Amino acid sequence: MKIHEYQAKDLMRQYGVAVPDGYPAFTVAEAMEAAHKLPGPIRVVKAQIHAGGRGLGGGVKVCKTLETVEQHATAILGMMLKTHQTGPGGQLVRRLYIEGGADIARELYLSLLLDRDCGKLVVMASTEGGMAIEDVAHATPEKIFKEWIDPKVGLQPFQCRKLGFGLGLNAKSTTSFTKLLTSLYRLYTDLDCSLLEINPLIVTGSGDVMALDGKITFDDNGLFRHPQLEALRDFAEEDPAEVEAGKFDLSYVHLDGNVGCLVNGAGLAMATMDILQHFGSEPANFLDVGGGATAEKVTAAFKIILSDDRVQAIFINIFGGIMKCDTIAEGVITAAREVGLNLPLVVRLEGTNVELGRQMLAESGLPIETALDMKDGAQKAVAAANRYAAQAR
Amino acid sequence: MAVLVGTHTRLICQGITGSAGAFHTRNCIAYGTNVVGGVTPGKGGTRFNDQVPVFDTVSAAIRATNANATMIFVPPPFAADAIMEAADAGIELIVCITEGIPVLDMVRAKTYIEGLRAQGQSLRLVGPNCPGVITPGACKIGIMPGHIHKPGHVGVVSRSGTLTYEAVGQLTALGLGQSTCIGIGGDPVKGTDFIDCLQLFADDPDTHAVIMIGEIGGSAEEAAAEWAKANFTKPIIGFIAGLTAPPGRRMGHAGAIISGGTGTGQSKIAAFEAAGIRVAPTPGDLASTLLQVYTPG
Repeated sequence: MKIHEYQAKDLMRQYGVAVPDGYPAFTVAEAMEAAHKLPGPIRVVKAQIHAGGRGLGGGVKVCKTLETVEQHATAILGMMLKTHQTGPGGQLVRRLYIEGGADIARELYLSLLLDRDCGKLVVMASTEGGMAIEDVAHATPEKIFKEWIDPKVGLQPFQCRKLGFGLGLNAKSTTSFTKLLTSLYRLYTDLDCSLLEINPLIVTGSGDVMALDGKITFDDNGLFRHPQLEALRDFAEEDPAEVEAGKFDLSYVHLDGNVGCLVNGAGLAMATMDILQHFGSEPANFLDVGGGATAEKVTAAFKIILSDDRVQAIFINIFGGIMKCDTIAEGVITAAREVGLNLPLVVRLEGTNVELGRQMLAESGLPIETALDMKDGAQKAVAAANRYAAQAR
Repeated sequence: MAVLVGTHTRLICQGITGSAGAFHTRNCIAYGTNVVGGVTPGKGGTRFNDQVPVFDTVSAAIRATNANATMIFVPPPFAADAIMEAADAGIELIVCITEGIPVLDMVRAKTYIEGLRAQGQSLRLVGPNCPGVITPGACKIGIMPGHIHKPGHVGVVSRSGTLTYEAVGQLTALGLGQSTCIGIGGDPVKGTDFIDCLQLFADDPDTHAVIMIGEIGGSAEEAAAEWAKANFTKPIIGFIAGLTAPPGRRMGHAGAIISGGTGTGQSKIAAFEAAGIRVAPTPGDLASTLLQVYTPG
């Protein structure tokens, strides 16, 4: 789960991490109220969306007067902000963060995340603040410092000092850095984060270390331990179809193609998307119905796929495994009738009672094409989508 | 002989009285797996299915049954604890099926297991978030459909459950049996990875060829390709799922995500090809691609 910068900074404040003063604003009036509460003269208007690269996209403006705060708040609120992490259409800005200016002597980079190769958390720090860490890793890997954390003892002060002095900080700033990083580690482990990134982390003119930006992502598997975090979720930043899918325990990701997919198992669902592309179409979605393709789940999945009006055919690819194919066929037929399906539907079933399942689909009177295997199904689905598109024209 | 599991396996199930644990334990017994006990704290002294003794702790189960493997169906909040309990009790093989364990829990559990291994304890964790391990005709631990398998000489290792079934289904349809199929799981922190399995298959005279199925996220496939190039001499083919997945989005599995430009399907396929591992063009060509590099004896 992602949260906004202002929410991340609020959590950091609670954990004793130094961040500039600031207030969220949902309207221009609130933005001005926030600006008046800050001492000035420098104030920063920051668009709050769940995507990085906001500054380059024009979503972050440094203001020297209250008039410019009003001007930029008016311009940014309601704009479609385009960054390398949003879709090509951009993301609507619904919230702002109004922050006091900071006295920046140096800009650094700091993050905490899982190193999958060794199964431990790693702190990454770099002297190249403000730059994308992937670019730094590619061009100048020697400017990135890493410390791996032994979960038995946690992050130790000596590791913070190694990083601080490695970054070229003086003794005073290293002490400040150690305090900040120790607090961040506590936040990360207390709240089951999956990424905590501060870019830039700054050293002020007086040598203090402070988080100028803040990005926190939580491990979805750990959310059950932190019900209070649910209040931070901003559904407006998520795809409505994906939110709906979540209610039915379906794993769904919206894509740009025209063949809807309904599959059991994440790996097979990804492979189904790939095979559609191999045969010349693009998948409209990733959708894993999980182990049980019940009528209720398939109905919900159909409705979600059909809410995307680009979809011109649906491909159901189920490897039944322990579930019987006749049970799955019954679920598909019931669901297709209930939603009044009028798009071409190709179904590939594998598992026990496969003949019975195929027979039920064939005799249902519904426009269902059955496939012998995955390749056959993918080719039929691509052909069906092409026919449907030709008719529509 | 196969690897990891076989007729020598004496299995217990942690979470045997829960609905998933009970259902799949019955299926494992029906397949012929030697299930010697189960563990559910508070239900010690009862019997599952009027047949399998249930214990309060893994230690008690091992003392009474001499079990050497466990299958875990404990719910996510308690699963890492169950893994560590099994490791502490001295069991050799832990297969954790549970999906949805918090990553930080797995970081602790993995470190705990590595600590015991460093002290010389013989111990292996497979999973979590995996279908399990099967040696066809001998022993099934997990949720895979037993009937699609056939005893033979192809080893299968995969991060995905249903894609493993797809591979097995294709192999069996062509008359190619399997030595052992290992689902290593879709989580970012797991007990056993591709290289571990390739090493097992390399040392197993019953395994004559291997299918390795990866997916986007992380760099385990790249590491395995490099290792295989230097160390693995048996015929092997690969497949990678998720070429069409957008970056930054989690594709069902907690570990299936392209982040910061790393973990792309393209990079994994390039690594396989650089190591001389032929890659199946579609998931429908897994068995037929293997036959291009492997002639069954």
